Amino acid sequence: MTERIIIAGAGGQGIMIMGKVLAEAAMRENKFVTWLPCYGAEVRGGTAYCMVTVADKEIGSPWIDLADTLIIMNNPSLLRFKNRVKNKGFVILNSSLVKDSLKGNFLILKHDFSDIASRLGNIKIANMAALGAYAAKKKTVKMATLLEVIRNMAKGYKQELFGINKLALLSVSK
Amino acid sequence: MVKKKILITGNEALAEGAIQAGCLFYAGYPITPQNELIACMSKRMIEMGRVFIQAESELAAINMVYGASAAGARSMTSSSSPGVSLKQEGISYLAGAELPCVIVNIMRGGPGLGNIAPAQSDYFQATRGGGHGDYRCIVLSPSSVQEAYEHMFKAFDLADKYHIPVIVLGDGMLGQMMEPLIIKPTNHESQTKNQKPWALTGCKGRKPNVVKSFFMAEGDLEKFNLKLQDKYREIENKEARYEGLFLDQAQELIMVAYGSMARIAKQALLNLRDKKLKAGFIRPITLWPFPKEIFGQVVRKNPKVKFLVLEMSYGQMVEDVKLAVNGRAVVEFLGRSGGGILSEDEIIKYAKSI
Amino acid sequence: MQKVFSRPQALKDKQTHYCPGCGHGIAHRLVAEAVDELGIREEVIGIAPVGCSVIAYDYWNFDCSEAAHGRALAVATAIKRLKPQNIVFTYQGDGDLAAIGTAETIHTANRGENLTVIFINNAVYGMTGGQMAPTTMLGQKTATTVKGRDPTLHGYPLKISELLASLPSVKYIERVSLHNPQEVNKAKKAIKQAFQNQIEGVGFSLVEVLSSCPTYWDMPPVKALDWMKEVMTKEFPLGRIK
Repeated sequence: MTERIIIAGAGGQGIMIMGKVLAEAAMRENKFVTWLPCYGAEVRGGTAYCMVTVADKEIGSPWIDLADTLIIMNNPSLLRFKNRVKNKGFVILNSSLVKDSLKGNFLILKHDFSDIASRLGNIKIANMAALGAYAAKKKTVKMATLLEVIRNMAKGYKQELFGINKLALLSVSK
Repeated sequence: MVKKKILITGNEALAEGAIQAGCLFYAGYPITPQNELIACMSKRMIEMGRVFIQAESELAAINMVYGASAAGARSMTSSSSPGVSLKQEGISYLAGAELPCVIVNIMRGGPGLGNIAPAQSDYFQATRGGGHGDYRCIVLSPSSVQEAYEHMFKAFDLADKYHIPVIVLGDGMLGQMMEPLIIKPTNHESQTKNQKPWALTGCKGRKPNVVKSFFMAEGDLEKFNLKLQDKYREIENKEARYEGLFLDQAQELIMVAYGSMARIAKQALLNLRDKKLKAGFIRPITLWPFPKEIFGQVVRKNPKVKFLVLEMSYGQMVEDVKLAVNGRAVVEFLGRSGGGILSEDEIIKYAKSI
Repeated sequence: MQKVFSRPQALKDKQTHYCPGCGHGIAHRLVAEAVDELGIREEVIGIAPVGCSVIAYDYWNFDCSEAAHGRALAVATAIKRLKPQNIVFTYQGDGDLAAIGTAETIHTANRGENLTVIFINNAVYGMTGGQMAPTTMLGQKTATTVKGRDPTLHGYPLKISELLASLPSVKYIERVSLHNPQEVNKAKKAIKQAFQNQIEGVGFSLVEVLSSCPTYWDMPPVKALDWMKEVMTKEFPLGRIK
């Protein structure tokens, strides 16, 4: 098994942390994993994307030319990455912000993650909603492991932080 | 310390390795893509009660390392390509004064300001001396986060053993990527407490020590340079290291790559072997001294073998491979730099064409 | 018979390579006397610059390091941070401290490193053959200002001591001169104070020492001393700056 995932969105949407949570969960499940961040020149805004590879054997390049899964959190990212997913690959779109359509032989999953996050009380957790949707469908890592990772990351912060991220993670996966 | 597994960037692994290897002094100047390293050092060095200085420039940083090393401390700096260019004068002085130190270069695209994408275009600079004068630095090239951590121990040990600057040469991909790192219990106290009778500590109870690289009297510099050359020959004889795959049998093709590029090359190689191509793999771990012996051994097994050198540059290590092969076999080259990274498919396609 | 004058222990019994009338020999000796009188010879670590005094470590009888041109204060910073119990000083010329090493000078001072700096200002580059220094006088002829220093082309003599005095972390700056015995005595006092400050942990201390270079001023030694008094001290007023 080798699963290559590109996660893309705008700076500030929590793209990097999404990849890190997934990568950390894969490590906890004793899988081989790499995470590679890419930023634009902007410190705020602009594009941000990261590449996560999860495998049951040694990983060569952490760089991904063609992904098995594409998680797109805003419209510019769709335009930029729509050709970077394999035929029959899996594409998750944040329909709150992605307005263009995607044509091709893909399995497409659309949810209004940003709206879901807003309804939960914090637009910043759209990333966890999308990650939950991904994990529920692809089962690359267990939901329980993802919860363990975010519980651990939230340590030292406000109590509500874990709760709201957990809600987001499970929001679309149920 | 108990063995533990953490998800960490290559830059942080280099920093943590330095801490565990007993680095007592760090000076650096921010530059992408090695900023996680300096940030990690600023936190960890202070926690450990050691010295961290954010210098006003790369020049100041490398010369602070000179002072720290002269005072007998395990010391290091880190930067990325343009910053390492600025450090070259200081590295030459360190080599000339025979001071041990570690310099991390997380390479990015050049020339000039270039970009912040990973590259391997500082190979010449690292392995040929880089600054003025006849000198060499030992150059280690990690290709995983785990190795980045472990190479820091090796780097400090070699620096102290030979009184020489050691460069750990990674690239932006290695620096920025996260991978699981297994931190093993270590005992490096012995190295940090090793005797440095030449160090500047104040001349109580002994004659004054002088740390210098200046030899004005007739004949002195030549004598000193010959001593340096003897040391370099000893290092070449004892310290060359590589990782080899399938080298025990005769092969038709040998792929040669280092650092991040070697990870991709290795996957391409395994893929080609699945398709019944008789191929092997050499990954130099020390870039200087270059592990040239193995190339002769491979040629002796099959005089018709071809080498394919893969780099994130337009052909630098390939020159060392050609020197090692010395005209006895065909050496092919494939490389990209400036943002593009060779993919497994590109390598396979090219390998099949030769 | 009582011996009233002898070589300080901190000075080796060695003839220097300096030109007749050069101030470096006196300045070296003042440093050595201060070190002896403070009883710190076995703790002191000196940093020699690149310039005429490049081999100062051949004359001083204590631990020393060379530094690349302009980087003495970077080297000193690291040593002092690692060895706060040692007394670390730099000895730098005007080219080293006020041209190529300006960044190190300002930032070491601004960090407030507990160091002692002996800054030799002789208004010219000696070792390389008498070129313009940042401190060269207006109108002064040098190998690279053959018609004299012209402010429209070369700017004005750089008063680095006054610049440094504006930094809150700088604790002590004094400008002294070696043009006559009275001034030499004052210079000695200032140098000793700058070391004393470090012993007491006061912080960054610098003594600017006006020194003669008869060779590249193209003057006999005695005239050079007069020129220091008449010309240099007008541009670079003596006394405590901070």
